[in-house]
Amino acid sequence: MDLTRVDEIIAKHHGEASSLIQILLEIQSENSWLPKEVMERISQELQVPLTRVHHISTFYKAFSLVPKGRHEVHICMGTACHVRGATRVLDAVQDLTGIKPGETDLELKFSLETVNCLGCCALGPVLEIDGKTYGKMTPVETKNVLQSYE
Amino acid sequence: MSEIRLTIDGREVKASDGMTLLEAAQAAGIHIPTICHHEKLEPFGGCRLCIVELEEKGWSRLVVSCVYPAENNLVVHTRSAKVDRIRKTILELLLAHAPDAFDLQDLAKEYGADKDRFEKEASFCIHCGLCVRYCAEVKKKNAVGFIDRGIRKEISFVPEIALKECWDCKECFPLCPTEALQAAYVLTRALAGHLLEKEPAQPKA
Repeated sequence: MDLTRVDEIIAKHHGEASSLIQILLEIQSENSWLPKEVMERISQELQVPLTRVHHISTFYKAFSLVPKGRHEVHICMGTACHVRGATRVLDAVQDLTGIKPGETDLELKFSLETVNCLGCCALGPVLEIDGKTYGKMTPVETKNVLQSYE
Repeated sequence: MSEIRLTIDGREVKASDGMTLLEAAQAAGIHIPTICHHEKLEPFGGCRLCIVELEEKGWSRLVVSCVYPAENNLVVHTRSAKVDRIRKTILELLLAHAPDAFDLQDLAKEYGADKDRFEKEASFCIHCGLCVRYCAEVKKKNAVGFIDRGIRKEISFVPEIALKECWDCKECFPLCPTEALQAAYVLTRALAGHLLEKEPAQPKA
């Protein structure tokens, strides 16, 4: 990520240390992860110790310290989805992408994450890719869906 | 500065405004066990070992003495059966993480804590925060900090700062009750040694 863009975001928040989380969130949503240089820059500009930036960026699950894939796959592991076979959907996705929950593949195509409820239990098991919801998934269906992403 | 009068373990104790219960007790020569407390650092209230019982209007209530301000007419018990029981459990929980820590073993003996009560989960760090706070508050270097949260929380050195500052300081080493800190530092140095070689040699003054 371009450090001048980071400076812009910091300037937007008037370089205030109390805006640390807001700044991190904005960079996270633009860049999808927080590179080391970016955190060092923020620490410098806001006069916040780097250890605190690390503490906060590792504390909240909203932040990622590793690059994310182009497509974020969320598999619902909530109770309803679980009893309708979410584990089989998860297995299918793991087999097809070769990554486990929390990981990103080498081509930066998919990042896999399990979530606990997406709020549409009637559609379970539910798979969500980049915010688009796929309901009533089966392992075969899962394969078709994943193959439609580049 | 106004004077505060309170009773600790049946003794009339004087304290000044802004003192914590722990400080008031220490000033009166009454011993309360602590782990995360350090006189140079802000109260942290992390280890909960300095818990004491307050008696008010026939009720009793448990507070953590290192973060509880001394007030007038408080009646404090530092070694009631309830307090001892809680300290014993806290020690047993800490010992599950750091079974070989000398400070903890001494306290365990005093409170009859069984170090094998809970299944061992040797993370060694007991999150007292002494190193993190000492580095931030006294040395103002912030070479070491906490990362992650909950059961995955641990201390972590920032390699770039640690390689520059820590070798000649190491003042946090004797503070660590479990020696987890030393291990973390050695690990950081071992992993970040290549950063050290890249830096040009500093001319001797």
